[in-house]
Amino acid sequence: MNTVRPTGGWVIAASFLLAFVAASIPLPGELDRFRPDWVAMVLIYWCMVLPYRIGIGTSWLVGLVVDVGRGALLGQHALAFAALAYLTVQTHRRIRVFSPWRQTFSVLVFLLIKQFLVFWISGVIGYPPRDGWYLAPAVGGMIAWPLLFVILRDVRRHFQVT
Amino acid sequence: MAALKPSRRIHDLFTVNPHATLQLGLWVALSIVMMTVDHRYHALDGARDVLATAIYPVHYLARLPSDLQNWLSENLAGRAALLQENTRLREKQVFLNVQLQKLTTLEAENRRLRSLLESAVNTPERVLIAELLTVDFDPYRHHILLNRGRQHGVYVGQPALDQQGVIGQIIRADPFTATAILITDPNHALPIQINRTGARTLALGTGHFQELELPHIPNNEDVKVGDVLVTSGMGGRFPRGYPVGTVTKVEFDPGSPFAHIVAKPVAQLDRIREVLLLENVPDAPAPDAPALPGGVAAPKRP
Repeated sequence: MNTVRPTGGWVIAASFLLAFVAASIPLPGELDRFRPDWVAMVLIYWCMVLPYRIGIGTSWLVGLVVDVGRGALLGQHALAFAALAYLTVQTHRRIRVFSPWRQTFSVLVFLLIKQFLVFWISGVIGYPPRDGWYLAPAVGGMIAWPLLFVILRDVRRHFQVT
Repeated sequence: MAALKPSRRIHDLFTVNPHATLQLGLWVALSIVMMTVDHRYHALDGARDVLATAIYPVHYLARLPSDLQNWLSENLAGRAALLQENTRLREKQVFLNVQLQKLTTLEAENRRLRSLLESAVNTPERVLIAELLTVDFDPYRHHILLNRGRQHGVYVGQPALDQQGVIGQIIRADPFTATAILITDPNHALPIQINRTGARTLALGTGHFQELELPHIPNNEDVKVGDVLVTSGMGGRFPRGYPVGTVTKVEFDPGSPFAHIVAKPVAQLDRIREVLLLENVPDAPAPDAPALPGGVAAPKRP
């Protein structure tokens, strides 16, 4: 990763750190059910624009850190994030040039799959979701995506992360 | 820039990752192995310890905004408001002191009586205060992360309370943090006793912060809405006599052998900020423990 040519690795690291922090800040009241999974969204972004740097392996590691941070089963988010990265990397050429609407919709689908995987594993170990609310963070993520995309794009351009 | 790294460009266009599917398969397999090992054999606790210590600063950072907000609201509070709060707290302290005097006498008396009965004497409990770091993101699993760990003397199985009553117990103690399971978690069962009658049962978590379920209470048992539930001390995890909840719903279904009873936890589980961790040697209840002090004596049943 730390060869000479790729630059701005610290920007990527900082964006993940900020996402971790943001993910553990609750939203007010009922809105909290829609709290987006910021880490997953930042992951989608980097997988989409820099698929040769942030791929399945890195995503798996990020997921592992999330597992530890949230006290989940070791490997639960790692698996879901690896799948998320796989989907994004395999489709990055298309979703990168999608219109904002279509891109946002793709992100919704990816986030839904990720939520499904995480809660499917929870269900296997004895915590099955009781209702459909566990998919709400994906909807929140969809709403927040355009904003996050613009911010990360500007940050990437400013620091010339390649 | 593109001229500098033609290989990258071509790479990017055609084959970013020709082995992506294989890679995904390997990582997924590794995840599954890890989850199995973690879930069934708890063999990865060492690795988790290391990682948990490494990401502790992140939790600290995440708390900064709310800490800052608290600090600001404390420091910018008006003098009048502070004085008012001060008066209120002083009044409350006087009130509590009076109650405490009575409690000291009662405790001494209780210990004397217990030694007369030659039953286990309550050891004084030590209390550790921990603060909430994060709540589990999984809305169906009621786990919370606390900012005290093994270094501070937290151990697995330690009972956790707040000012009102029992909130849960520690299920994992990392070096600097600990995870507690709340009594409303669907996988948690707490041995309790109805304070008024002394009837023993379990309080099962339902996954709702406002609901506990009391199974195995026969239809003819004397249970009323408003009955106070306390820990029974059975199971040896929780000390006896701490408030757990109040009964909110009693439904007798003639078709089933047991009544459907729902209780509400006294602790405000969805707005925990500080947690008291008890350090004690739990006392086993006497085999025929009568109703607890404070409640009405158990009615004589035929």
